[in-house]
Amino acid sequence: MPQLVSIAGLSVAFGGVPVLRGVDLALEKGEALGLVGESGSGKSVTWLGALGLLPRHAQVSGSVRLEGREILGASAAELDRVRGGRIAMIFQDPASALNPVLTIRKQLCEALALHRDLQGNGVKAEARRLLDLVGIPDAGRRLEAYPHEFSGGQIQRIMIAMALAGNPDLLIADEPTTALDATIQAQILELLSTVRRELGMAMVLISHDLGVVAENCDRVAVMYAGRIVEQAPSNQLFADPVHPYAQGLIGALPPLDGPRRRLTAIPGTVPDPAHMPDGCAFAPRCTLAAEPCGLAAPSLAPIADDRSVACIRAEASRRALLGVAAE
Amino acid sequence: MSPPLVEVSAVSRSYAMRSGMFGRSTAVHAVDGVSLTIAKGETLGLVGESGSGKSTTGRIVLGLEPPDGGEVRFQGKPMAAPGTAAWRAQRARMQMIFQDPLGALDRRLPVATQIREPLDIHGLGTPAEREDRVRELLRAVELTPAHGARYPGALSGGQRQRIVLARALATKPNFLVCDEPVSALDVSIQAQVVNLLADLQAQLSLTLLFISHDLRVVRQISTVVAVMYLGRIVEIGSADDLFARPEHPYTQALVSASPAPGRRSAGRIVLSGDPPNPAARPSGCAFHPRCPRAIARCASEVPALAAVGGNRQVACHLVAGAATRDAA
Amino acid sequence: MGRYFAIRIGRAALTIVLVVTFAFVVLRLSGDPALMILGPEAPPEVLAAFRKAWGLDDPIWFQYLDYFGAIAKGELGRSMRDGRPAIELVLERIPATLALTLPAFFFKVALGVPAGIYAALHRGSAIDRAVMMTAVAGFTVPSFVLALLLVLVFAVQLGWLPSGGQDSWRHAILPIATLSLGGAAVLARFTRSAMLEVLGQPYIRTASAKGVPWRRVVTSHALPNAAIPTVTILGFMVGTLIAGAVVVESVFAWPGVGRLLVVAVANRDLAVVQCILLLVAMTMVTSNLIVDFVYGFLDPRLRTKGAHA
Repeated sequence: MPQLVSIAGLSVAFGGVPVLRGVDLALEKGEALGLVGESGSGKSVTWLGALGLLPRHAQVSGSVRLEGREILGASAAELDRVRGGRIAMIFQDPASALNPVLTIRKQLCEALALHRDLQGNGVKAEARRLLDLVGIPDAGRRLEAYPHEFSGGQIQRIMIAMALAGNPDLLIADEPTTALDATIQAQILELLSTVRRELGMAMVLISHDLGVVAENCDRVAVMYAGRIVEQAPSNQLFADPVHPYAQGLIGALPPLDGPRRRLTAIPGTVPDPAHMPDGCAFAPRCTLAAEPCGLAAPSLAPIADDRSVACIRAEASRRALLGVAAE
Repeated sequence: MSPPLVEVSAVSRSYAMRSGMFGRSTAVHAVDGVSLTIAKGETLGLVGESGSGKSTTGRIVLGLEPPDGGEVRFQGKPMAAPGTAAWRAQRARMQMIFQDPLGALDRRLPVATQIREPLDIHGLGTPAEREDRVRELLRAVELTPAHGARYPGALSGGQRQRIVLARALATKPNFLVCDEPVSALDVSIQAQVVNLLADLQAQLSLTLLFISHDLRVVRQISTVVAVMYLGRIVEIGSADDLFARPEHPYTQALVSASPAPGRRSAGRIVLSGDPPNPAARPSGCAFHPRCPRAIARCASEVPALAAVGGNRQVACHLVAGAATRDAA
Repeated sequence: MGRYFAIRIGRAALTIVLVVTFAFVVLRLSGDPALMILGPEAPPEVLAAFRKAWGLDDPIWFQYLDYFGAIAKGELGRSMRDGRPAIELVLERIPATLALTLPAFFFKVALGVPAGIYAALHRGSAIDRAVMMTAVAGFTVPSFVLALLLVLVFAVQLGWLPSGGQDSWRHAILPIATLSLGGAAVLARFTRSAMLEVLGQPYIRTASAKGVPWRRVVTSHALPNAAIPTVTILGFMVGTLIAGAVVVESVFAWPGVGRLLVVAVANRDLAVVQCILLLVAMTMVTSNLIVDFVYGFLDPRLRTKGAHA
């Protein structure tokens, strides 16, 4: 049986400037994959590009297969069936994610009418059920309300209801809680994991927050400057990161308990996509970088059954980490 | 223990807010009877969600906003009236940095000019001394004179925040209010700025009021942490202890909601209900509608902040040792 | 909602009073109607009699109160030139003006709005650039230049159309074209930028992400939002229906309100000028009120009680 989604060599450029530089990613049915990285790493662009949601002037190449069927460059009609029907997406900014001049009912029923075989009252009943499901109280009345009458957390719930409308096999959640307060973030993450469990849906959780991804995903891919640099089961990645960038990210995160230590900041800044360094894009900021790092970009290579890393100094990096741990 | 540099006693601040375009205006208590002391060289972390009043508290402490009630004392003296010479002298001793460095900088001026600006305003030193001071400040925030010649648009977010920091330090203040200074930055850059801030604090013996929604960052930099909810402090204590053993149900939920690598969400306290709305403050303990442990008394009586042992104070009826005060 | 409109209407009335007051003061200070109408050669006694007859020798504040008192009674004064009621003079010119401005308004909307939408949807294409260049040309060229250009080409060179007058529908073509082109250019640019702004909003991406076909994204998600700012400019255009053709009417010798205004100002025919200004202020203010009302209809954020918070 083919994988649910398999992405190969996905590249995106804006006006000749590459922002995504060959991403390979596969996703099994029902799996929760986390995608972490800093701004500009390409984690959102990967999925916007895969689903044809980027502006027209973006040049997208590579391959995106949904159960074996190529969807990159598919007809508009086919893409419209995939989007919302097979793969749904929710976004970060609750304030502007919903159309301000349309009622919740219109926006929710629109998704239902597109992807489900429902008629008349059936549509509205299903809309009410979905709002109930995501925990919007008084669903029947609230359907007639407009987006500005809801709080950020409620909007994100409605977004989830809308995403579920098409019974998708995969939900892409792009920074779904970044704009929300901590206690509301916890609510939304719990809701996401509940509906995912109940519906057997796969999920890609895109986040800059390592903690959010670690807690909610089976597997994590770390992105840097338009490439995946490390992929591993989440418990392994956080316990034992191999790529120096992954190590750096984890080291930069202040701990919430235990002794306080000085943060290990990654020096420098993310490279400008228009002036990518030769070879490994992380080399200029990497404490372990050696001469060969500047020669060619390392490819993502397996280091264990379910782990892979794109670093020619992976072994050295691992030793360095063990050395630190032994101190 | 050194005497407090900043003493905030029972400050309150409310705004008239109109609900919508046609609604009537209601008084919103942004800050309600907040008292704090910050000892010299210490960092007080102020955490809370949106609407908790933490930013307003920061602005009151700095004298950017007058409190409706209560008083702020700086170095033992009350804040001077805005616009007076005494006020200007006081203001040079205290500075503020915000979340958005691009908004705080003028895009049309080279950043070195902007770092020098406070020196020009307060007339500190000769022009040559000011130039030296700007170079020194750039070095202090780990930038070079070449960065100083650039415009804000040509710097990264982390570099801009360093420039804002350099400008804030120009007048050699001893007190800094930092309002979400690293929230807009990526994790790796955030760590650079947090480390830099800690270094500068040690070198210059700065006192900080550090406002953030991010518990991890606050713990990293603070000595004492105060947790705010709907304009009041609900818990205050030493940074390590507070997050390790939160007493107030709200602090417990906040700590529990903070995701951690290597921990799955099992056992997490997930609060029900919407985020607090300052315009519709619940009676009694403002947290009671969302509190998993609330009892009848919580809806009618406002719990007062009371010591519960150590240097911890908690405002909760359910925490042993906490006293009550009359319903507001 | 009621309070909202009460405030708007109050403000509108105040605007009208201010406009009329301003016109009153400026006109009184800018020249002596007696001299203008009777000529500098007129004997002093005649001038004095004229001033007395029209109340021009009263103090200005007295004249002002007198004027407002008359307005309250529905009296808008008489033309100093031929003694006819000013309102009558103005009203008989209105159909001629509307004969130009109404069709022009229709063409502005019919041309400008679709051109702007099309340009936004095909941003950066050759057609977008062509529309934008035309639009920039259309509103940087003053209307009298455009009018003269059209006359040169279609009346003088080609001889297809008359260059002035009001004898047949063919006489109306060039003035209408002049008015339409300029307005369409403004509308096209405005609609394009409103549309681009909306197309960049996250909710457009949300709609695409749920599988709404692009055509429907444009019609049912983008257009209703882009309509909100566009209504402002449309309202402004409605407001200029009565007096928006001053220049064009002068160039094409079209006997409308605009030309009446020019002549009346030149003669300091105070009552007529004030009557026209009052009418203009009232149409402007009314169209603004309509715009506010339409906003409430288009934008639920203004209709329902404030944000949830």
